[in-house]
Amino acid sequence: MAEAVLGRERGRERPPAVVWERERRRHRALEGLRGYGLIAAMWIRSSMTYRMSFLLATVGNAAVTLLDFAAIYIMFTHVDALGGFSLPEIALLYGSCSTSLGLANLLLGNTDRIGTRIRDGSLDGMLVRPVPVLAQVAADRFALRRLGRIAQGSGVLVWAVVVLDVDWTVGKVLLVPVMVLAGAAIFAAVMVAGAAFQFAAGDAAEVVNSFTYGGCTMLEYPPTVFTRELLRGVTFVVPLAFVNWLPALYVLGRPDPLGLPGWVAFLSPLVAFVVFVPASLAWRVGLRSYRSTGS
Amino acid sequence: MGEVLIELDGVEKVFTVRRRAGLVRREKRQVRAVDGIGFTVDRGEMVGYIGPNGAGKSTTIKMLTGILTPSAGRLRVAGIDPARERMRLAHRMGVVFGQRTTLWWDLPLKDSYGLMRRMYRIPEARYRANLERCVERLDLGELLEVPVRQLSLGQRMRGDIAAALLHDPDVLYLDEPTIGLDVVSKAKVRAFLRQLNAELGTTVLLTTHDLQDIEQLCERVMVIDHGRLMYDGPLGGLHASGAAGQSERTLVVDLERELPPLEVAGARVVRVEGARQWLAFPAQASAAPLVAAVAAGYPLLDLSVREPDIEEVIARMYAGRG
Ligand SMILES: Nc1ncnc2c1ncn2[C@@H]1O[C@H](COP(=O)(O)OP(=O)(O)OP(=O)(O)O)[C@@H](O)[C@H]1O
Ligand SMILES: [Mg+2]
Repeated sequence: MAEAVLGRERGRERPPAVVWERERRRHRALEGLRGYGLIAAMWIRSSMTYRMSFLLATVGNAAVTLLDFAAIYIMFTHVDALGGFSLPEIALLYGSCSTSLGLANLLLGNTDRIGTRIRDGSLDGMLVRPVPVLAQVAADRFALRRLGRIAQGSGVLVWAVVVLDVDWTVGKVLLVPVMVLAGAAIFAAVMVAGAAFQFAAGDAAEVVNSFTYGGCTMLEYPPTVFTRELLRGVTFVVPLAFVNWLPALYVLGRPDPLGLPGWVAFLSPLVAFVVFVPASLAWRVGLRSYRSTGS
Repeated sequence: MGEVLIELDGVEKVFTVRRRAGLVRREKRQVRAVDGIGFTVDRGEMVGYIGPNGAGKSTTIKMLTGILTPSAGRLRVAGIDPARERMRLAHRMGVVFGQRTTLWWDLPLKDSYGLMRRMYRIPEARYRANLERCVERLDLGELLEVPVRQLSLGQRMRGDIAAALLHDPDVLYLDEPTIGLDVVSKAKVRAFLRQLNAELGTTVLLTTHDLQDIEQLCERVMVIDHGRLMYDGPLGGLHASGAAGQSERTLVVDLERELPPLEVAGARVVRVEGARQWLAFPAQASAAPLVAAVAAGYPLLDLSVREPDIEEVIARMYAGRG
């Protein structure tokens, strides 16, 4: 008893020096990026302990995605055009959306696991750390082997740009990297929205994947082979058409099947931003509604 | 009175649970896990938070750490509203869930700790000192290189406690920190917590079903049941509190030979075993007249008085509210 009281007195004398810089308020987004970097770096270090298996995984990842394009290539040995598009034109579509998805997947690919974390309550552990939860979820098990898909996608894209018979204006040249980056941002926003959705609907990883992976598979083919209803849906509702269709049509000098003016092709970055706003709001609402588990 | 560190006022948490009632129909039901709780904890206190299963202990801790948003009421930890400023609060508190680790399952303890050092921006010297202290006192030396997944329950728990303390938190929450630990590990953890509280003045709030934890660590206990605070005060006071019901002491007497149950005013025989008998009498009553009466009327060899067992008191308390 006396000892405990004494201890408390001693405790109170603890100099405030230990209150180092933690009192300072910091910007959320910057803290998120910093935390993301720390966690990702740790996972990279830990995967590098087995260098060989890392290499194999990366090569395997590239090879599997390459089979995708091989299928399209083989198809073109039998036909000359698909929906009026030549092989290099399709390669432009394929390469850009594959690279965009690869980037989004590298940076945010683990957000679809959040359904499990919500159900088994292991999200608790992330909520008690001084890093935004979204950054922690996204960086969890960060896997560099996903570079495989990016390498393969950008390889196909470069090939397409080289062999395409296009009058390259400054606008078109600029539009190619913008298309890839804005496309990645749109996919990323869809992933965030999907993660938020999982707070309400148990494990919805499959629903999210049907928009990202499924969306990308659709975007590999020319818009001309799809119905107008579908095109309207992916232009105005879930704006996947801005990932690559609209910019690529402009680069190829083809009209939009829905008759939208050419400058719409340059709206992708804006669209990505516009999708991010409701996605991040939904994420906040979702996180607030998190109820952990009873045990 | 010291500085108030934790402050709850009318805090509630209501869970809406949907249950299947029939094939398609679903029934909504509300569970009031925490039902209007208020208390304060001063800096440097070590408080036990006990209650039967489902009382709302873990739910309270999850609100205090910012994991859950309270349905109603006011809650402050070091002046911070946990649910609104989770990240700022994280620097000030540590938490250990006995049921589940908050460490990275696939990483060795050492890597987890290294990551925490950067996450919390712990100055290098401070980190070293804290880690060294934990490693030494919690006996973690051998475990640092082992992935968390491969640690035994007791080892993992010690690893988790160390992780919660590297950043010098003002307050440490422990939700069943000794669950599943063997006697030696329990003793180690308790000794560690006692030292932590005495030397660094860290405030500790712990839940447990092992009353020895409370007896050895906490001067103050709070008992909750059905989301309500039933008792808040010194452990010893539980006996006297009305909440615990009428508690009794026991007089154990050894007689020269087997006898039928003794008849003494103010006590009743609760158990007979050969020549030994147990007599229960009110805890507040003096034992002296009782002893005198027994000695005068019966051939007495030896006797002892037993204080009411804290476990028994609490068990009665829980049952009374059932
Ligand atoms: N995520 C949740 N969803 C629905 N109900 C919950 C949830 N978490 C807790 N509950 C309910 O709230 C009540 C209190 O639970 P809590 O986990 O706080 O109890 P406890 O005191 O920690 O019990 P124990 O001693 O068993 O750990 C219980 O009735 C439980 O069923
Ligand atoms: Mg509990």
